[in-house]
Amino acid sequence: MSLLQSLKGGGRHGVPASESRDPIGLAVAALNRLAQSQVLDRLGVRKQAEQTVFTVTRSGFKVATNAGRTFAKAGKKGQPGVRVPSASRSGVFDLTPTEDEQMLVDVVSEFAQEVVRPAAAEADESCTAPDDLLKSSLEIGLPILGIPEALGGISESRSAMAGTLVAEALAKGDMGLAVATLAPGAVATALGLWGTDAQQQTYLPAFTGEEVPAAALALNEPRVLFDVLAPSTTATKTAEGYVLNGVKSLVPRGAEAELFLVGASLEGTPALFLVESKTEGLEIEGDPAMGVRAAGMTTLTLTDVKVGSDAILGETDGSTYVECVRLSRLAWCALAVGTAQAVLDYVTPYVKEREAFGEPIAHRQSVAFMVANIAIELQAMRLVTYKAASRVAQGIDATREIALARKLCADKGMQIGLDGVQLLGGHGFVKEHPVERWYRDLRAIGIMEGAVLV
Amino acid sequence: MPINLEDPKKLRPLRDQVHQVAMNMLRPISRKYDKAEHTYPKELDMLAAMADGLNESGASEGAGAAGVRRDNSSTDTTVRNGSNMASVMSVAEMCWGDVGLTLSMPRQGLGNSAIASVADDEQLKRFAGVWASMAITEPGTGSDSANIKTTATKDGDHYVLNGEKIFVTSGERSDAVVVWATLDRELGRAAIKSFVVPKGTPGMKVERLEHKLGIKASDTATITFTDCRVPAENLLGSPEIDVKQGFAGAMATFDNTRPLVASMAVGCARASLDLTRELLAKAGVEVDYDRPATVQSAAAAKFLQLEADWEAAYLLMLQAAWMADNRKPNSLEASMAKAKAGRVGSDITLSCVELCSSVGYAEGELLEKWARDSKILDIFEGTQQIQQLIVARRILGLTSAELK
Repeated sequence: MSLLQSLKGGGRHGVPASESRDPIGLAVAALNRLAQSQVLDRLGVRKQAEQTVFTVTRSGFKVATNAGRTFAKAGKKGQPGVRVPSASRSGVFDLTPTEDEQMLVDVVSEFAQEVVRPAAAEADESCTAPDDLLKSSLEIGLPILGIPEALGGISESRSAMAGTLVAEALAKGDMGLAVATLAPGAVATALGLWGTDAQQQTYLPAFTGEEVPAAALALNEPRVLFDVLAPSTTATKTAEGYVLNGVKSLVPRGAEAELFLVGASLEGTPALFLVESKTEGLEIEGDPAMGVRAAGMTTLTLTDVKVGSDAILGETDGSTYVECVRLSRLAWCALAVGTAQAVLDYVTPYVKEREAFGEPIAHRQSVAFMVANIAIELQAMRLVTYKAASRVAQGIDATREIALARKLCADKGMQIGLDGVQLLGGHGFVKEHPVERWYRDLRAIGIMEGAVLV
Repeated sequence: MPINLEDPKKLRPLRDQVHQVAMNMLRPISRKYDKAEHTYPKELDMLAAMADGLNESGASEGAGAAGVRRDNSSTDTTVRNGSNMASVMSVAEMCWGDVGLTLSMPRQGLGNSAIASVADDEQLKRFAGVWASMAITEPGTGSDSANIKTTATKDGDHYVLNGEKIFVTSGERSDAVVVWATLDRELGRAAIKSFVVPKGTPGMKVERLEHKLGIKASDTATITFTDCRVPAENLLGSPEIDVKQGFAGAMATFDNTRPLVASMAVGCARASLDLTRELLAKAGVEVDYDRPATVQSAAAAKFLQLEADWEAAYLLMLQAAWMADNRKPNSLEASMAKAKAGRVGSDITLSCVELCSSVGYAEGELLEKWARDSKILDIFEGTQQIQQLIVARRILGLTSAELK
């Protein structure tokens, strides 16, 4: 690259490519580059370039995926796997969780409050979930929630409602850590829903066993106006199976993952592919984003990745893929509800304690009405999400309801995040309070595809 | 039982019946009475008789404003989908047909709601079949209804009413008016009682009917009371002034009627959404629930937002009614439902006019009418701001002295 080219104004640093530098701009840019190199030398930061340990916080550093375990092939190929039945249809409108669901929510809520919330700030900073937190999430059974009982899981019937309640409860602790702990379960649940006997027997024992693998549902791609239904990652059929090529973005815990479920276009129709991390041609790179950082987001690059003909999960007509997209969006709605509840619970005492002009700011309608609107829209988000989840659990088509829940949770969730910071004023902008993190996390709803699933 | 937010199975036949009535009886006369303001919609007499018949046969669980009484005696713990849910669902369907005509339905007025909510058993029997309208607002008193100036003075076995009431829905057509008046202005809200004043009582006079933005089929009257003598037994509830209990008795009516007004907004908004969806489809815009809104047309993206808000209002409405059916305190949820339904009712109907361009704005379609009708639903039975105030006080745990 010539010096002149490298000093071109636009196309980098968020500057539109149409921008060009005038002579003063060129001088400033050159000075800036010099200053940067001095800083690098003085702090000895350059040595870090030789460091081989992967960290999500540093982008532009590609490594091969986790060598991972060998999943021993088992079960009958092509034979349908175990399926759980839909939940029963009572026909009665009821907002009360079942006893089992309530117990589950109580356990997860305590975990969220005692373990997740205290770890959230540091996990956000370091873009990693603490090991002991991940271990205890396994103890409370998060990854096996959606696995059929017959395969060592705990699900007797379709568990989308329970999954929704759990995701909400976890996200009240922290959205990023919720995604980190739920990511393996997303792949396990997908195997339960759509896996063949062979796929279930090959992979699920690992998830129900002692050493649960990290795993990631990778649907997003780094493209403007991304349409998840038209991925540019491709799968090409060969004599032995398929060859995958493309880039997936915002893949949770990609560095540790031992199993990926990747969305790719097969002859123009999107489908899901199981890709083990030790497969050749996989590379991951840190992909830290505005929020949900504790989930250790990465990009996954697939270059001529060869998988077997049994790597396809579910149907090749696009039906499994679109169902997966919907169930993933539903899980993100549940996360939005949990985080929005955290905002409401935080600002409520704050505005009553914080005084201005001689009285609590909560005594002013402009402040109080903001809190009222958070409460109203939050409850609306919750009900619309629950309706979608209960339809999924009962085996009723939820296409419309999930779309509406996603729209509402994206719009109102972001508004709640925004108002949460505003209500704390300058204090909301600094990291002493968690509202700025929730603001960043809530922007993910409506953008995220994949990663979690109920 | 699992969490389920579908329309209750046992109420679906009622919902569908009412929908047919709205489609086949209200829609054909909807524009006619929007034009002929102050003309009595005679077609409603037959409809009201039908509704009465349904109520008496027990085929419905209160298809209108009648069934909002709470039965606290039952110890049954099974989850109920009862009269409150039936009411909001059927009122929503009726208002999908026409809000103004629904408000004009004989014997389904808000006064009947008040009677059903606070009357004792003797009064319930005595006022059965009476069409009652509701008179609270005064020229100088709106949302601050504790501040009303109409007085009721005990004189022997009568109360003597003096004052002026405005915005009385069906005030001229109804058989009786439920009037809020104070027994003692010094004692504040605790002294406010409601009185059933039969039409034709000397001293009661309908002064005029308003010309309005919308719901023109529904008459809105100004009524004066000049030394108007009402039998003492027409005071609803207890005649005692209980300073501790305060306003709660009178305000309890609102916990029951707010979900109903929410259902009116929900019904009217759905009329707009249903028609707009079809008109957009004819114009080549289909809403795709799976593709991101950002890759669809602006019209489709807008429609998705409107429908999501509608779904939210509908479920908040059902929640409030479900809580009432199951004897859970619901004043927070009732206000949430009305606040959300009121504002999205306006946003949806106005946005649908915009989406349909001049077709939406002109009188050739009913879209412009629905955009006028919906506005009142964010105002009466407690404005948007009053609902926010109620929600804020509840959430923040503040008194009306702290959060004014």
